[in-house]
Amino acid sequence: MSKRIVVDPVTRIEGHLRIEADIENGKIKDAFSSGTMVRLLEEILRGRDPRDAWAFVGRVCGVCTSIHSLTSVRCVEDALDIVIPPNAELVRNIMFCTQYMHDHVVHFYHLHAMDWVDVVDALKADPKKTSELAQSISRWPKSSPGYFSDLQNRIKKFVASGQLGIFANGYWGHPAYKLPAEVNLIGLAHYLEALEWQKEIVKVHAIFGGKNPHPNYLVGGMACAIGIDDVSGINAERLAYVGQLLKDGKEFIEQVYIPDLMAIASFYKDWGAIGGGLGNFLVYGDLPTNGYRDVSSYKFPPGAILNKDISKVYDVDLKKEDEVQEFITHSWYEYKEGDNIGLHPWKGESKVKYSGPKPPFEHLDTTQKYSYLKTPRWKGNAMEVGPLGRMLVGYARGREDFKAVVDKALTDLNVPVTALFSTLGRTAARGLESVLTAQWGLDFFDQLLANIKNGDTRMAEMARFDPATWPKTAIGVGHSEAPRGALAHWINIEDEKIANYQLVVPTTWNASPRDHKGQMSAYEAALIDTPVAHEDQPLEILRTIHSFDPCMACSVHLYDEHGNTINRISVMGD
Amino acid sequence: MNNDAFPKQPTYYEEVLRKGYPRRDFLKFASMMAAFIGLEQTAIAQVIQALETKPRMPVIWLHFQECTCCSESFIRSSHPIVADILLDKISLDYTETLMAASGTQAEAALKNTMAKYKGQYLLCVEGSVPMGADGVYCMIGGKTSLQILEEAAEGAAAVIAWGSCASNGCVQSAKPNPTGATPIHKLIKGKPIIKVPGCPPIGEVMAGVIVHYLTFGRIPELDRLGRPKAFYSKRVHDSCYRRPFYDAGLFVETFDDENAKKGYCLYKMGCKGPSTYNACGVMKWNNGTSFPIQAGHPCIGCSEENYWDNGRLYERASSFAGFGIEANADTVGKVALGVTAAALAVHAIATNIGKSKLIREHEEEGRESEHELEA
Repeated sequence: MSKRIVVDPVTRIEGHLRIEADIENGKIKDAFSSGTMVRLLEEILRGRDPRDAWAFVGRVCGVCTSIHSLTSVRCVEDALDIVIPPNAELVRNIMFCTQYMHDHVVHFYHLHAMDWVDVVDALKADPKKTSELAQSISRWPKSSPGYFSDLQNRIKKFVASGQLGIFANGYWGHPAYKLPAEVNLIGLAHYLEALEWQKEIVKVHAIFGGKNPHPNYLVGGMACAIGIDDVSGINAERLAYVGQLLKDGKEFIEQVYIPDLMAIASFYKDWGAIGGGLGNFLVYGDLPTNGYRDVSSYKFPPGAILNKDISKVYDVDLKKEDEVQEFITHSWYEYKEGDNIGLHPWKGESKVKYSGPKPPFEHLDTTQKYSYLKTPRWKGNAMEVGPLGRMLVGYARGREDFKAVVDKALTDLNVPVTALFSTLGRTAARGLESVLTAQWGLDFFDQLLANIKNGDTRMAEMARFDPATWPKTAIGVGHSEAPRGALAHWINIEDEKIANYQLVVPTTWNASPRDHKGQMSAYEAALIDTPVAHEDQPLEILRTIHSFDPCMACSVHLYDEHGNTINRISVMGD
Repeated sequence: MNNDAFPKQPTYYEEVLRKGYPRRDFLKFASMMAAFIGLEQTAIAQVIQALETKPRMPVIWLHFQECTCCSESFIRSSHPIVADILLDKISLDYTETLMAASGTQAEAALKNTMAKYKGQYLLCVEGSVPMGADGVYCMIGGKTSLQILEEAAEGAAAVIAWGSCASNGCVQSAKPNPTGATPIHKLIKGKPIIKVPGCPPIGEVMAGVIVHYLTFGRIPELDRLGRPKAFYSKRVHDSCYRRPFYDAGLFVETFDDENAKKGYCLYKMGCKGPSTYNACGVMKWNNGTSFPIQAGHPCIGCSEENYWDNGRLYERASSFAGFGIEANADTVGKVALGVTAAALAVHAIATNIGKSKLIREHEEEGRESEHELEA
């Protein structure tokens, strides 16, 4: 007989996620993932200026900030046939690399680490041994016995105060925690250092986009004009600042994040066989090196992998009506033609209709509709998106830089390639991706300097900024590889205004409810067979869910309340 | 290690010392925070004394219809020890973004603080509350956000409405506001509420508001809209380093043009700085690194009520035009944005006539300097 447990709120994520799971014989037998907040922004966008859309959809998420804005300007530029100058592409890429670095480090230390690191156990560590261990895995200078001893004393006094703040009621002492006290202490030290570090790297966004969170973007390029002989423009000082931030950021990733990741992973190799889930991966690709339209130039190559078979990578076309479709069989929406069909986003139609229990409630009826997330499918397949998919597609496509970091990690941990399809694999892939993006950020920066040196200071293409120059109707798609996975926006412009705007977002792929055939999405599938030592303490559930880095505000974003979405069928591509 | 040697609830100062910061740094921090919250030099001692003697205050931070940009901005707060102090030194007992516990353990932490510190805790709210469809558009632990808010507000000493969502509804309340997104001051009565608008607010502003409350045990002085005067009493336009270009009639005409490269005024590109009250021009963002106008983009007015419906982003905000450059911002703010082209034309003419002499002088001065340099 199984027992239903509820985890709500799932914390250390963005937004509002609820997990219900059936546990039998100490393992999860069945699981249900529910998004419980919706803002219905799509309707708000209708009738507005397409050039403004980036600001609205940017507010979909402040954690993976900037990425919806980027995807939005790309989709408007696609619709209006605007090609941005190379410098603007480089600045966007640099900002994007910064975003990966920031997002992944914050996820690892502040959202995920406490699933693996027992904060209270760190108090038992021997500072001298901790120092020796730290120095054996990294040359990061903050590693003396005194440093760890001071930290430990601070935490001891913190605990003694009785006010545990964010650490209150944690799962400390749970049998699933396996790290030696010294590794726990290193993890705790770097939790605090990463908190200091993260506010530095985002200054790159402030320099190019004015602020972070929510830096500014511009249809046609970027607003940060290069004026190397003016104090107000992007001049040598501003550029040097960016270069320094990228360099410092890379150092932290290489000397702190990666050594910690590898040290922690080496004690949790059993999680290389837990949480595998679907085995299907979807990647749209990103970081253009020869313009956004040249998909072959992307640093992250696109593709789909099915059934963990990395010998075959399928091509993906966002404009084909039978590839990406959204279902609502178990979502709190209604379709005109019935709730068991799938619709391509250009035919997207969504009338929200809550049919769950009246709050306050104990349980959802998971045999019926149970989430505000729709259920996207690629050619009918449930797909996982995110860093693991990106690393696998890059690896499967034979990209040398991917192979180098993946093979090294597998060798260092002494685990087989199959260990990638797991909770641990997902968490490791995020770190490896940070290594790549930290290097690419510097490469893009060097190219930007070279362009300016060669006399190209263009930052925006404004010929089609004036709506008077636009066609009467236009449609476009913008895509990106958000830190949490494949992201795309679809726009329809009519008479200079937004007639329709649709998003299919990474966490919608991963956290959605079952589809019309009863197929689970990635979270639910990954939870199956996860061991649960204490039914009243969801530590293992958090490990697997956090390995996806949930972003719920993204996933339940902008649906149209009244279902009057205009049908827009692709007339582009094939 | 004898824990009994220390008081149960250490003061900020004790904790600062324990973290290895010398007293000098502590004093520097106190002076900086005093400056930020707009205090006279003579009041710094008061700040120092308060930080030395007060215990850590419990804080409950709720998340409703939001994007977590406020939490992200808060952790960007960057003066040497602010992030440490505010994350560790207030007792942040409930925040879904950072807390270790989930589910029932998280709810227990919330209930515990509400019971144990009834009437003493600070309630921070990030996000708006959806009032449509009986509140089902935002549910946590099976409860609606309204239920959660009402319960938590009951025993709060004061309430902070973080960001534009909690202060005025922000993007989800833009027309037609399909979920009935509602700012919290419309739902909570009888409690002091501090609105800290912005999408998000500047990290150091968030830190400054909390430190003010901790230091003096009372909320900062607010303007008529409920915002701390220290950070929201000046228009971005008034504190903008590009203001002289506005006064001289020198504008960016299109993005990335020669004037953009020279950093001229962005007024014609739709800058909402003239109708936006915020500290961006003074404090800037991300530890003073930059702010939107410095990075070449017009201010979008994210701290103003209904800014999503106050005209398009790149539409020249003409309502304050014609009032002259010294027009009272309060008067200007009351006039809806997006007034007619006629008003614009009038302003343009007025500006040109009124300032033509000034502009000529500026140009003349510039030419003289260039000649001198060349010679």
